[in-house]
Amino acid sequence: MVDAAHPRGPKPRRRLSRGNIMLYGTLIVVAMYYALPLYVMIVTSLKGMPEIRMGNVFSPPVEITFQPWVKAWSEACTGINCDGLSRGFWNSVQILIPSVFLSIIIASINGYALANWRFKGADVFFTILILGAFIPYQVMLYPIVIILREMGLYGSLWGLVLVHTVFGMPILTLLFRNYFSAIPEELFKAARVDGAGFWGIYFRIMLPMSLPIFVVAMILQVTGIWNDFLFGVIYTRPEIYPMTVQLNNIVNSVQGVKEYNVNMAATLLTGLVPLTIYFVSGKLFVRGIAAGAVKG
Amino acid sequence: MTSVLVKDLTLKFGALTVLDTLNIDIPEGEFLVLLGASGCGKSTLLNCIAGLLDVTDGEIHINDQNVTWAEPSERGIGMVFQSYALYPQMTVAGNLSFGLRNARMPKDEIAARVARAAEVLQIEPLLDRKPAALSGGQRQRVAIGRALVRDVDVFLFDEPLSNLDAKLRADLRVEIKRLHHNLKNTMIYVTHDQVEAMTLADRIAIMKGGVIQQLDTPTEIYNRPINKYVAGFIGSPEINFFEGRIEGDHFVADDLHIPLGAYAFQGARRDVMASFGIRPEHIQSGDMARDLPFSQEVEIEIVEPMGSDTLAWTTLAGCPLRIRMDGQAAVASGTRILIGFDPARGSFFDAASELRL
Repeated sequence: MVDAAHPRGPKPRRRLSRGNIMLYGTLIVVAMYYALPLYVMIVTSLKGMPEIRMGNVFSPPVEITFQPWVKAWSEACTGINCDGLSRGFWNSVQILIPSVFLSIIIASINGYALANWRFKGADVFFTILILGAFIPYQVMLYPIVIILREMGLYGSLWGLVLVHTVFGMPILTLLFRNYFSAIPEELFKAARVDGAGFWGIYFRIMLPMSLPIFVVAMILQVTGIWNDFLFGVIYTRPEIYPMTVQLNNIVNSVQGVKEYNVNMAATLLTGLVPLTIYFVSGKLFVRGIAAGAVKG
Repeated sequence: MTSVLVKDLTLKFGALTVLDTLNIDIPEGEFLVLLGASGCGKSTLLNCIAGLLDVTDGEIHINDQNVTWAEPSERGIGMVFQSYALYPQMTVAGNLSFGLRNARMPKDEIAARVARAAEVLQIEPLLDRKPAALSGGQRQRVAIGRALVRDVDVFLFDEPLSNLDAKLRADLRVEIKRLHHNLKNTMIYVTHDQVEAMTLADRIAIMKGGVIQQLDTPTEIYNRPINKYVAGFIGSPEINFFEGRIEGDHFVADDLHIPLGAYAFQGARRDVMASFGIRPEHIQSGDMARDLPFSQEVEIEIVEPMGSDTLAWTTLAGCPLRIRMDGQAAVASGTRILIGFDPARGSFFDAASELRL
C-alpha cells in the first residue's frame, strides 16, 4: 500500500491551486480586454442606425442586418466614387501581390548571396542595407516623390510596388541571411562538389529547406503592406488608393450622418486579410518550424 | 604515379597564416591521413584540395592536371563531410544522383551507378527514404555513396566518423578500410582521432600551426617521432617525458641515471639538455623488468583498470609516470613493484629545438 506521504510515481497536482487561479484569472481578464472592442465592432456593424442611437453599445443587436456590410463594401462614397471599399480592396490586392513576391524573391537571393557567397565588400554592403532599416520613413518621403517622378512612376500602382519592395529589403534580407547562415555550411560545400552553381544551389538545395522562413517573410510583408497607409496616400492617385486609405476616407468623412455601423463593417472588412493570413499561415508556420527543428 | 600534388600551398585569412608553404606528394592509391589538434589547418588543407577555398599562393595538381583554379566539381574528387551534409528534402537515391544530374548524365547511366554504389555500401533498402529517416551510420554511408557514384579518383574525408558513437565509429572505420582495399582510390582523410589515423593510414601527416610536422608511415611515426610534439600527440595513454641531460653514455634526470644503451642517435651523440620520452606500453613490470637496461622499484599511486589493460600511475624523478600493464595484472595503489625499460625503445629530443636526437 502506498500512503499519501510516501512519494512514489507521478507527483499529484492540484487543479485549483492559488497559482492557477491567479494565472487563469489574469489570462481571462487580458483576453477580455482585447476581445471586447472586437465584440463591440461586430455587434455595432450588425445593428441598424436607429438601434445604435439608443446607445446600448454592449447589447447584442435586436434585429440583425447585413445592410451596413453591403454598404461598406459596395455603396459607401469616398470623394466622387460611390462603389464602396471594393475598389480599395482590389487596388490593395494589385499592390500587395507584386510587392510581396518581388520583395521576397529579391531579399531571399540577397540573403543567400550574403550568407553563402561571401564576396569582397559583403560586410559593408550588408551594414549599409541594415542601416536602411533605422532611417525614419518620413525623411525619405519627398526624395522618393522626386525619384518616382523622374522614373515616370509617380501616382502609379507600380511606383507604390517599387516603394514597398525597397522598404521591405533591409529587414527581409536580414531575415533570410540569418536563416541561410544557420543552414550547415557543409551542405553548401557538398552541393558545390556535386557541381551545382549559384542558382542550382539556391533553387534545389536552399529553397526547399526554407519554407518556414518564406512563410514568416510572407506574413511580415502581407500585413505590413496591407496595413500601410502613409505610402499609399502619398504615392498613388484617388482611383488607385489602397483599402486603408479608402477606409480612412470613409470613416473620417465630415459630411452627413456618421454611420457607425458602416464604419465598423468597413474596418472589419479591411482587417480581414491580415487576420486570414494569420489564421491560415500561422498553422503552416508552426508546422514549418517543427519540421525544420528535426535535424536531417 | 602522383595522384595529388600540393606545391608551396599558402593560405592566409587577412594577417593570419593558416597554411604555410605546404608541400605534399600523394602517390596513386595511397590512404593519407591528415592528423592534428583542432585549428592546425588540416580541414583547411582538405578544403583547398577540394577547391572550396581559394588559395593565397601555391598550386594543387590532381592526376597531373593543375586544378588550382578549377571548380570543385571539375577536380575529379568526391568529398564526405563530418555532418554528412545530405540534402534533407531529397531521398537517398536523389542524394546519390544529385551530382550526376548536375553533370547531365544519361538517366540509365545514373541508375546503374546509383545501384552499384548502393550495393557496395549495402544501402539498397534505404534508397527511397529521406535522410531524416536514417540512423547516423546509415547517413554516413549515403554520404560516402555520394562520393562513390561520381566515380572519381580521389576521395576526401573531412572527419567523417566524428559524429558517430564509439561502436559505430569502429564499425565504419573498418568499412572505410575495406572500401579502400577494394577500390584502391587515393584517399585523403582528415581526423583528430589518432586511432583512426593509425588504423587507416598508409601514411600520416601530423600537422601543427599550418605546417606538416612529420609525414610518414604509422609505425615510423609511433616509434620514431621526429619531434617532441609528434611524440606527445601520438599514443594513448600519452608518452612519459623526463627532462634532463645527456652526459656521456647516460641520461641524467634528477637523481636518475638511465644508460643510453643501444639507442640509435640521428647524428653523433652530444652532451646536451634533452627530454626523454618513453611510451607507457614500453615499460615492463615485475620479473620482465629485471633484465632490462634500466630498472627501479616504484610505489604505485593510482590504478586505472580498463579491462584489456591496466594503467598504473607512479612518480619517477619527480615526473608522473604512466605504466601500461596487462589487464590481469594484480596491482593495487600503494604497492611497490619493480619497473624497467629499454631506452632504445624510447626517444630523445633536444631540449631547445625539441627535435629528435
